[in-house]
Amino acid sequence: MSASAVHSLWTTAATAAEPISKINAPKIEYGQLSPTLIVIGAAVIGVLVEAFVPRKSRYYAQVFVAVVALAAAFAAVVALAAGGYGTTKAHIAAMGAIAVDGPSLFLQGTILLAGILGVFTFAERRLDPEAHGNRVDSFAAQAASVPGSDSEKAAVKAGFTTTEVFPLLLFAISGMLVFPSANDLLTLFIALEVFSLPLYLLCAVARRKRLMSQEAAVKYFLLGAFASAFTLFGIALLYGYAGSVSYATIAHVVDGTVTNVDPALAGTMGNDVLLLIGMALIVMGLLFKVGAVPFHMWTPDVYQGAPTPVTGFMAAATKVAAFGALLRLLYVVLPGLRWDWRPVMWAVAIVTMLGGAIVAITQTDIKRLLAYSSIAHAGFILAGVIATSPDGVSSVLFYLAAYSFVTIGAFAVVTLVRDAGGEATHLSKWAGLGRRSPLVAAVFAVFLLSFAGIPLTSGFAGKFAVFKAAAEGGAGVLVVVGVLSSAIAAFFYIRVIVLMFFSEPKPEGPTVAVPSPLTTTAIAVGVAVTLVLGVAPQYFLNLASQAGVFVR
Amino acid sequence: MNPVNYLYLAALLFTIGATGVLIRRNAIVVFMCIELMLNACNLTFVAFSRMHGNLDGQIIAFFTMVVAAAEVVVGLAIIVSLFRSRHSASVDDASLMKL
Repeated sequence: MSASAVHSLWTTAATAAEPISKINAPKIEYGQLSPTLIVIGAAVIGVLVEAFVPRKSRYYAQVFVAVVALAAAFAAVVALAAGGYGTTKAHIAAMGAIAVDGPSLFLQGTILLAGILGVFTFAERRLDPEAHGNRVDSFAAQAASVPGSDSEKAAVKAGFTTTEVFPLLLFAISGMLVFPSANDLLTLFIALEVFSLPLYLLCAVARRKRLMSQEAAVKYFLLGAFASAFTLFGIALLYGYAGSVSYATIAHVVDGTVTNVDPALAGTMGNDVLLLIGMALIVMGLLFKVGAVPFHMWTPDVYQGAPTPVTGFMAAATKVAAFGALLRLLYVVLPGLRWDWRPVMWAVAIVTMLGGAIVAITQTDIKRLLAYSSIAHAGFILAGVIATSPDGVSSVLFYLAAYSFVTIGAFAVVTLVRDAGGEATHLSKWAGLGRRSPLVAAVFAVFLLSFAGIPLTSGFAGKFAVFKAAAEGGAGVLVVVGVLSSAIAAFFYIRVIVLMFFSEPKPEGPTVAVPSPLTTTAIAVGVAVTLVLGVAPQYFLNLASQAGVFVR
Repeated sequence: MNPVNYLYLAALLFTIGATGVLIRRNAIVVFMCIELMLNACNLTFVAFSRMHGNLDGQIIAFFTMVVAAAEVVVGLAIIVSLFRSRHSASVDDASLMKL
C-alpha cells in the first residue's frame, strides 16, 4: 500500500469492499508469558482487595496474594526453563513483542525471588513500637495526609496502613519482568514506565521522615520522567532510521543485511545521524535507570529518602531489569555498531567505578553509602557488558543475581538499627554495634565483605567472572581500573566493619529491634545466598552460561 | 509540505522542553516541560510514520499519550503532596538531603 493511499481522505470503492478478514487475529503464547501475566493479574486482584476487603483484614489478604502470586510466577519461570525455553526452544513470543530466552528467564527468576524477599521486608510490622494498640509497618498511615497535621494523627489513631504498597510492588515487578525480555522498542518503553511509575509512588510513602520521603519521590519522578522522555525521543529517531521498532528489523538495517528495501524507507535508512543520536538517547535512558555516572545524581537522594524496604527492593530489582534491557539492546540490536558504542561505554564504566567508590568514602549516612556503593557496582557490571562475548552475558547475569540478594539483605539489616526517631542511619550511631548485638553486626559484616569482593562471598565470584570476561574481551584497562576502585571501595566497607566492632558503644546509641520471621527470612536468605554463591559458585555460573544466549 | 520540516519542529519543541526542565524552578512547570518533550516525540513519530508510509509510528503515538496521562496522575499526586506539606512547589526548596 502506498503512502498516498493511506493518507488520502477518501478511497476507491474497490479497496473499501475488501473483506474485513484481512485483519489477522494476533497469536499470543499465553503459557510462555505466564510469569508476567500471573503477576499483573495478582496486582489487579490487589486493587480489588483494596476496594472490597474490610480494612482490618486487608494487610493479610494483600501479603497472601502477593507472596502466592510471586511464588507461582517463579514456579512458571522454572517450568519454562525446565521445558527448554531458555536454550533449545528459545523464541520470540507475542507477535514479536517479547523474547522468551535464557537471559530473560534467568533475570525474571532473579527479579521474582528479589520480589518475594521485598514483600517480606514490606510486610514487617514489629520494628516500630505499636501506635494506639495497632502494629505498624514502614509506610505512612495515610499518604495523602499532611505530615504533622491533625488528619495524620487521626489516621494513625484509627490504625490505618498503606496496604496499597503491595499492589504497587506487584505492578512494578510486572514491568520489570517485561523490561529485560522486551523485543521491540515500544514494549521496552511501556515496560520502563510500568515499573517506574509505581516506584515513584512507593518512594513517597514512608512513615518516618515523611518530608524527606516526599522530596525523594519528587526528585526521582522529575528526573526519571526527564530521562524517559529522552529514551522516547531516541526510540522515535531509531524508528525513523529503520522504519520499524522491532529489534530484529533494526539489527538487520544496522548490519546492512536487509533484503527488500522499501522505497519509502530508502531516504532515512542510510542516515547514520538518526541511528547514532537515537542509540545514544536510548542508552542514556537505560544508564539512568542503572545509576551510572554521569546519570547517577538521583541515586543517593532517592535511596536515602525512600522507605528502607523500598530502597532495598528498588536497588536490587531495578538494576537487574535495567541491565537485562541494556544487554539485550547492545547485544541484539546494536552489535553491528559496537565500534561506536564501546569507547563511550568504556568511559562511562571507568568514571562510574571510580566516581562511585571515591565519593562513597566521604559519606556519613549508611543509606547514602550503600547508594554510592551501588553506583560503583553498576560500573563493575558495565565492565562485563563491554566484553561483548558470551562470557560477558553470563558473568553479568551471575553478578546481578549475586548482587540483588546482598543488597536486599543489607538494607533489611539497616531497618533493624533504630532509635527514637526511627532508623538510625547516621554512621556515628553504628559505632560499637558489634559489642551490643554481635549477630546483627556479623551479618552486616558478611554483606559488606561481599560488596567489597572478599573471597568466599558471592561478591568475589561475581567480580571475578565479570573482570575475567572483560579481560578476555580486550578490555584489560577496565579490569585494572576495576581492581583499583574495588580497593578504594574496600576501604570504606572495612571502615564500617571496624566502626562496628572496634569502637566503644555510645551510651545513648541505637537499639537493635527484634524482627518478625519475615525480615529474619529475608536476611537469612541473603546471607545463605551470599555464602553459597561464594563457596560453590560453579553450579550457578554454569546455569548462567547456559542461559547466556539471546534470541533474535 | 515536506514532512521533514515537522521533524525540525519536533526537535525544536523537544529542545525547548529540555531547556525548560533545566532552568525552571517550579515543579509543575518542570513537569509541563517534560510533557512538551513527550509531545515532541509524538510529532516525530507521526512525521516519520507519514514519511515511511507505515502506521507503526501513529500507533506508538497513542501509547505515548496513555503513558503521558498515567505520568500526570502519578506526578501530580507526588507534587501536590509535596506542596501541601511545604506550601511551595519550588524544586530549589526541596533540599533536605544535600551532602
